[in-house]
Amino acid sequence: MSSAGTGAREQVARLLTLVPLLHARGSVRLEDAAEALGTTTQQVVRDLKVLLMCGLPGGYPDDLIDVDLDALEGEDADGVIRVSNADYLSRPLRLTPTEATALIVALRAVRDSSPGATREVVDRTLAKLEQAAADGSAHRQVELDGTDPEAAEVRTTLERAVAEGRQVRLTYWVPTRDEAGERVVDPVRLWTQGGFDYLEAWCRSAEGRRVFRLDRIHALEVLEEPADAHDEAPTDLSEALFAHAREGRLATLRLRPGAHWVPEYYPVEEVRHVGEGLLEVDLRVGDPRWLVRLALRLAPHADVLGPPDLVWTCRQAAGDALALYDAPSSSMARSHPHPRGMT
Amino acid sequence: MAGRKSERLLNLLIMLLVQQRFVPKSRIREILYPDQGEEAFERMFDRDKEELRSLGVPVEVGTLDAYFVDEVGYRIRPDELALPEISLDADEAAVVGLAGKVWQHATLADATTEALRKLAAADVPVDVGALDVVEPRIGADEPAFDTFWLATQERRPVVFGYRRPGEGSATTRHLQPWGVVRHSGRWYAVGFDTDRGEERVFRLSRVEGAARLVGEPGAYEVPDGTDIRAVALRLVSPPDHEVATLLVRAGAGHALRRMAVQVEADVPGPDRRTTWDRLTVHGHGRTVADEVLTCGADAFVEAPAALVDDVRDRLTALAGAGEGTP
Repeated sequence: MSSAGTGAREQVARLLTLVPLLHARGSVRLEDAAEALGTTTQQVVRDLKVLLMCGLPGGYPDDLIDVDLDALEGEDADGVIRVSNADYLSRPLRLTPTEATALIVALRAVRDSSPGATREVVDRTLAKLEQAAADGSAHRQVELDGTDPEAAEVRTTLERAVAEGRQVRLTYWVPTRDEAGERVVDPVRLWTQGGFDYLEAWCRSAEGRRVFRLDRIHALEVLEEPADAHDEAPTDLSEALFAHAREGRLATLRLRPGAHWVPEYYPVEEVRHVGEGLLEVDLRVGDPRWLVRLALRLAPHADVLGPPDLVWTCRQAAGDALALYDAPSSSMARSHPHPRGMT
Repeated sequence: MAGRKSERLLNLLIMLLVQQRFVPKSRIREILYPDQGEEAFERMFDRDKEELRSLGVPVEVGTLDAYFVDEVGYRIRPDELALPEISLDADEAAVVGLAGKVWQHATLADATTEALRKLAAADVPVDVGALDVVEPRIGADEPAFDTFWLATQERRPVVFGYRRPGEGSATTRHLQPWGVVRHSGRWYAVGFDTDRGEERVFRLSRVEGAARLVGEPGAYEVPDGTDIRAVALRLVSPPDHEVATLLVRAGAGHALRRMAVQVEADVPGPDRRTTWDRLTVHGHGRTVADEVLTCGADAFVEAPAALVDDVRDRLTALAGAGEGTP
């Protein structure tokens, strides 16, 4: 529900929040009320004009809620909202089940990513809110796996760097090459897609816009140097993530059921059901090393069907890995976990 | 016009709130819907009650007295309507403020904002942006998420199309959702599968088309003592954590290094092309095997023997795929 809306339901929701606020504070400035309700001052005045028509069911003028409109409109307006004769609306509504659940689940996420001292504060807060939301809330029906505190810290640090416009030095792992390298970037923005957090940044070493997945950042440091502004058009996320996808060569994989998740994870050009539980997928391959690593991971549930040189490269990679186990030194390493010569 | 309707909704709320007893339906009609015919009144009144209820206003139905059982009345109890007293200390308020930024999902971000507004209206000081701690984020991109969330909140069964990997087309499934669980960045619904007659877990990203709520709120009960996280974990990933010893080439195997609980640098390895590090990793056997394989000739399993055999078998299959051995 958006409180900024002009529908009746939203208007009633705003008024049921505004009246208690006035009751608690005596009077509230129009601007402050608009901000607290997430709407405009004009809308608050429109809301108050509705309130003016409400009250006890007797139909006498005394039964109606009184709003001092002169203070809001006209020459003598001081912009302060004053309402009287509405004591029965002095408390805000109970949290709805979804509101209570959303808030409590959010707090649990805060708890999981907090250091010890803050955890204690969150626990106290949770206890109070769970009590206040006792009825109807289904927060026990929503569970999160532990939010990784490290990941949350990376994100918070980067958010600060974006807000302050500072350069960041990060150590980033590129899975395609299985290499971790250091680079300095001008952070642009953060977002989440498909369960992962991403940073869009201007990479100073590559001199171009790059997208980094936060869980692949191994170390980072916010630098004193200010980030430069880069007025290149914002990148489309999926394009940025799979930029290689349009350029690479087309490779074809045959997937047995154990590898049928592939088209869910990677952008594929085409999926064909070829019977007997087999899928054939065509995907664009920029760096052949990426395909090799994928084929290795999928073994024995996938066959690379083409192009022929990639088929050969993948088989070769498997052969090389297999050779480790047949090398004389490897049998030694296996039978003697702490071989001679170790210092 | 919104104004007229808001006015009617508020007046209805006030009328039912300030009376001690149930207000007869006839009186409600007389006061608030004087110009409506019988049918139009019934329709409007039903809709208005539902709108109030959707805002969290508890509209109760009851009979007026023992002699006129067919005359129904309505009331709203002040103690049911109002937010209970709650006082937050400054640091608690800061934590609540932080929670307001956690959801990256439109419906739930709005719900949290609304909750904070209500707390603020009760003069609970909700301090947004005071605490300098890390800020977690919870997203939910799955289109089916909203439906399953609502089903969970209201205990309503859901019908949906579900396609498991490897299936050509979706099948229609019926679930009484007990809860939703986020695991490794993905959302799952846990519940009782009425087609199969047992508890099941569904990955929401595999739901095809629109999931539909069927049945009334409170249509089923969640079994007492259900730990939905435990159910999800049990069904999503069998608990076969094991310890493995691996050799990884210096500078390679970053994913494995992240799983490592112990690293011994610069040890002899299966070849002398580079130096090697010995890692002790904890993980599901399958996950470790997948990561080792991904590294190709940069990773080597020392123990356990079952993992060595698994990796060798899988490598043999790939190396020999097509025609003979390379």
